[in-house]
Amino acid sequence: MSRNRVIPGFGLSLGYATLYTSLIVFIPLAALAASGISLGAETFWAVVSHPQAVASYTLSFGASLVAALINLIFGLLVAWVLVRYTFPGKRIADALVDLPFALPTAVAGIALTALYGRNGWFGQHLESWGFKVAYAPAGIVVALTFIGLPFVVRTVQPVLEGLERELEEAAASLGANRWQTFRRVLLPALVPALLTGFALSFARAVGEYGSVVFISGNMPYRTEITPLLIYSKLEQYDYAGASALGMMMLVFSFVLLLAINGLQYWSLRRRGGG
Amino acid sequence: MKFTRFFVVAALGLALSSPALADREILNVSYDPTRELYEAFNKDFIKHWQEETGETLVVRQSHGGAGKQTRAVIDGLEADVVTLALAYDIDAIAEKTGKIPADWQKRLPNNSAPYTSTIVFLVRKGNPKGLTDWDDLVKPGIEVITPNPKTSGGARWNYLAAWAYAKQKYGSEDAARDFITKLYQQVPVLDSGARGATTTFVQRGIGDVLLAWENEALLAINELGKGEFEIVVPSVSILAEPPVTVIDKNAEKHGTTDVAKAYLAYLYTPVGQKLAAENYYRPTDPEVAREYADLFPEVNLITVDSAFGGWREAQKTHFNDGGVFDHIYQPR
Repeated sequence: MSRNRVIPGFGLSLGYATLYTSLIVFIPLAALAASGISLGAETFWAVVSHPQAVASYTLSFGASLVAALINLIFGLLVAWVLVRYTFPGKRIADALVDLPFALPTAVAGIALTALYGRNGWFGQHLESWGFKVAYAPAGIVVALTFIGLPFVVRTVQPVLEGLERELEEAAASLGANRWQTFRRVLLPALVPALLTGFALSFARAVGEYGSVVFISGNMPYRTEITPLLIYSKLEQYDYAGASALGMMMLVFSFVLLLAINGLQYWSLRRRGGG
Repeated sequence: MKFTRFFVVAALGLALSSPALADREILNVSYDPTRELYEAFNKDFIKHWQEETGETLVVRQSHGGAGKQTRAVIDGLEADVVTLALAYDIDAIAEKTGKIPADWQKRLPNNSAPYTSTIVFLVRKGNPKGLTDWDDLVKPGIEVITPNPKTSGGARWNYLAAWAYAKQKYGSEDAARDFITKLYQQVPVLDSGARGATTTFVQRGIGDVLLAWENEALLAINELGKGEFEIVVPSVSILAEPPVTVIDKNAEKHGTTDVAKAYLAYLYTPVGQKLAAENYYRPTDPEVAREYADLFPEVNLITVDSAFGGWREAQKTHFNDGGVFDHIYQPR
């Protein structure tokens, strides 16, 4: 244990980290669990397995996954453009990426609904072609994509900046075509950052409430997200039922995030080995 | 030496007595559509209190969705008075905190509701679909905008008004259930709150009719300019009684019981009643009501107590999980 560390006092810093995460994360979550458990196993199960709840999980997690996938692809593209090209207004474009972070989500929801609604700029054309976005599951995906975009861009950007151009030139001089260079040289280096961005974007989307309730239409079994169900339980002063649904969301999210982390670990090992 | 001590004591004395000298303040926790009413009312009450007692008062206001505001009070927001949308919310405060007696609603006249309102239809200019009563809303092709009663207090009034109409017209609970099911099948969007539903109808141009509180409908018409929308008053509607009460334990703790009581009593005076009427709430004082009769057409108003046996019952039967509303929607 005599190795030099930048921050002195292993015991002190570990103690501090433990205390801090306990106060900020574990204790509130434990309180949530305690409130949920107070229902008893049977009622708990009845609440979380109600068809309306199940329909809402499918929607919440499904829409979040789709939105995170869209962000994965287009976020990479945006990051690539921002890192590899110079163009007028680049700094402005770069700053714009963070806007979804700063905007109150209700404002985002109302703005998107105005755009995609029946009489909105996009909505009137889309509806005449038979696509319903606002007040349909597609609208939820649009809102979740909007709020999740910065995560992928901001995690991939620094890694991409660290990848030297010489790497691509070397690959090209060794006879790799563009696709091979991307697939075999760039992508493996980017995968961990992409997965982190994906996980963050997904996690953010699962818990989102403010923007979604405006664009979703909140129809039971069709466009009702789990956070809205939790809210409607609170309106009945059913704190325990709300906690039960909250716990289910936590469990699902935890398992999915764990899986993404596992994927990341696997890809790092594979790269390290190769 | 003596001199210094005198100063120290004097300074201490001043410091200690200053809270007593400072102006007292009360906190009124209310819901969204009363913002304009209480802005005007507080100004008037502060002036009135100063004239009566010489004390300068501070009245703080908090607005938000009624359910959320109630939960804030239950979870410890120290309101001296609450002025909320439904008796059910104040019942919840009594039940969960014990800060007010269970029979709080008997303490002030008219079920503790100084002003009332009702549910009316807001339709587009010229009433193109010719909607005159609840029956017209379930005709094929009519789109009705109303928020989700599971998340919005205002939406519960809309629902109960429709139910009361159907029950009176068709005579049975089953017929009322059919009517309400048909009505909600005409609703394309269930916004989470009343203001959201107004936005959907007014801004997004969705729907043929918005079910709204009379005060909100009048406000919408006057703010958006006459001519774009019209109000249709149905033959039967519900008497909405937004109740008020002092939160006894909080007011005692703050030493503001006298102010809080006077504040609510002032709502019942002719001045308070006029302010309510000017902000589109129906006054309960018959004199003032006569004065503003043009603004508020006569409607056959049914009370929640007579038709549903009170809010607790209505909430349990219709809106709690597994209630009538939940059965309207079936899994696909």
